[in-house]
Amino acid sequence: MEFFADLTLLIDSTFRTATPLVLAGLAGLVAERSGIVDIGLEGKMLAAAFAAAAAAAVSGNPWVGMVAGVLASMFLALIHGYVSIAQRGNQIVSGMAINIAVAGLAPTLANFWFHQGGQTPLLGDEARFSAITLPFAERLSDVPVLGQLYTEIISGHNLVTYLTVLIIPAVAWMVYRTSFGLRLRAVGENPEAVDTAGISVTKLRYQAVLIGGLLCGLSGVVLSTGMGAAFIRDMSAGKGYLALAAMIFGRWKPVPTLLACLLFGFVDALQGRLQGENLPLIGEIPVQFTIMLPYVLTVIILAGFAGKMDAPKASGIPYEKDH
Amino acid sequence: MAGANKKLPLWAEAGLLPTLNLLAAFLVSGLVIWGLGEDPFLALSLLVDGAFGFQEAIGYTFYYATNFVFTGLAVSVAYHAGLFNIGGEGQAMLGGLGLTLAVFLVGDTSPFLAIGLAILGAAVFGAAWAFIPAWLQAKRGSHIVITTIMFNFIASALLAYLLVGPLQRPGGQMPESADFPAGVGLVHAHDLLAMMGMEFEQSPLNVSALIALACTFAVWFMLTRTRFGYELRVVGKNHSAARFAGIPVARMTIVAMMLSGALAGMMGLNEILGEQLRLIGNFTLGYGFVGIAVAFMGRNHPVGIVLAAILFGALYQGGAELAFEMPNITRDLIVMIQGLVILFAGAMEHLFRDPIERLFMRFRAREAA
Repeated sequence: MEFFADLTLLIDSTFRTATPLVLAGLAGLVAERSGIVDIGLEGKMLAAAFAAAAAAAVSGNPWVGMVAGVLASMFLALIHGYVSIAQRGNQIVSGMAINIAVAGLAPTLANFWFHQGGQTPLLGDEARFSAITLPFAERLSDVPVLGQLYTEIISGHNLVTYLTVLIIPAVAWMVYRTSFGLRLRAVGENPEAVDTAGISVTKLRYQAVLIGGLLCGLSGVVLSTGMGAAFIRDMSAGKGYLALAAMIFGRWKPVPTLLACLLFGFVDALQGRLQGENLPLIGEIPVQFTIMLPYVLTVIILAGFAGKMDAPKASGIPYEKDH
Repeated sequence: MAGANKKLPLWAEAGLLPTLNLLAAFLVSGLVIWGLGEDPFLALSLLVDGAFGFQEAIGYTFYYATNFVFTGLAVSVAYHAGLFNIGGEGQAMLGGLGLTLAVFLVGDTSPFLAIGLAILGAAVFGAAWAFIPAWLQAKRGSHIVITTIMFNFIASALLAYLLVGPLQRPGGQMPESADFPAGVGLVHAHDLLAMMGMEFEQSPLNVSALIALACTFAVWFMLTRTRFGYELRVVGKNHSAARFAGIPVARMTIVAMMLSGALAGMMGLNEILGEQLRLIGNFTLGYGFVGIAVAFMGRNHPVGIVLAAILFGALYQGGAELAFEMPNITRDLIVMIQGLVILFAGAMEHLFRDPIERLFMRFRAREAA
């Protein structure tokens, strides 16, 4: 029975830790399907986390925080779009530039506004997206297995996590079932054809990076106002890159990307669980090694499942019209 | 007509364009400083004075610049081979580990042997840490940007483990190793100058600055004067052309990355063997990332990289003084400026290049007429 309780806890925290990964992974997916490589997920996530925590701290309202976070991320997405689309610049360099600039700017502003050494003030429960107890969760908790699953795993997440559950099918539907999605996929594979058909490559790609900015913004919002209760320096801790790796592992497709993100979320939950734990045969694993787990897993996954074949053919290549 | 002789003269290519990119980055930074309620012009003058105003400041500026020459060259060598090595940070950490192990291995027998072995250890460990992502890229098609970033995180955790575990100073509490044996360290510049009868204020500037310059020359020679360097650049420019010319692309990828890692690893010479004389957790302080900005700012040319490294050295040293004078400015702001330099010099190259090229074309056309 203890094993069952352990497992439910682990699955519960998997959903929590996977939320920002799924959102960022889908953001990267939409951008890359349009032909824009987005290594700047990390920076956008961090910027959104900061803006959301700062706005929520000032207003006392998590929704204000969410709007601020999403806007910050979309603003950066627009810069990346301008550099990649209008300037025909190197998309990886642009993404890294955004990541580094945000890593410097966010703590600077936090320090200027709140004087807490580059952090934002701790948010009270009313100013963040705290855990929601779904209806009947209390009453069903005594029902064996199903009731417990409902109470422990399905109930008790923050609003953004539930929102993400709706966003996943929405993005999949958009990519595969709408004419916009068809054009999006086409422009990432063969922008010349899209251009010849009289559809603006530029406009499509701007739309894609903005949608990516929106999704990535939500991932930052959940980081600082859902899972955490403040902005902390470098709190994204490589999650943007992990999401990108998950997207590659998921072959630029929504459902496999979701599964890859859940795997990363599970490993992250597991590493939290393993800290200070005495394992049979191995003994206690030093905390520094459990921290490595998600990063090592990323390397193994990228090595084992090279994704070169399935990448959108035009991704990372600026489109230049022949005059 | 279009595309004919589009090349800019050297002074515009190497002088005007980087200056414009830098000015654009400074303009945005100035706006941020102004937004923070400080006077950007006063900030600039404090920064320049803090970087070059007195001997100690100059020493510090060149001390930081030495780090950036190593990491800038590292990014640049990989970039010439068409690879974006973001792993300078991790490679530098491993380089520091390699040199520390070498010092503790033979430090008690002979300081000279220890220093020689330490230099080798830094390069070899850095190269080894770059080898794995390089191999994965060449053989498995793993995205080198993501793997090198992951290797930064792994290196940081590994170093943290070693420095609170097997390598920790006996009886110590901090994540740092024991001190190096006496005499194992690089000579400071002020001591060197004193030997030659010149007075110079104390600073951490040390002999690794000369090693960095030697590496700069070696990289320049390798890239422009050897067959290997030529092949490396062909691989960077065009994979299929390289393959068609019989250049082993996979092997070049791995060798270029290992050279890059070795250069990044040697950053530890300056920080650890030159100044700290013990291994410290996270001693790299983001210098590996600065290398990206330095490489782009220096147009990936060895001489440009030295100049850009001095510029960033001045930014770091001047920025530290600035943070001291202006309460709203922290060293984080310097990180932001780095990001902006990468953005304007690396990614938004066309912003100034295109108009200037058009200007030159018109000028030439008028001259020809």
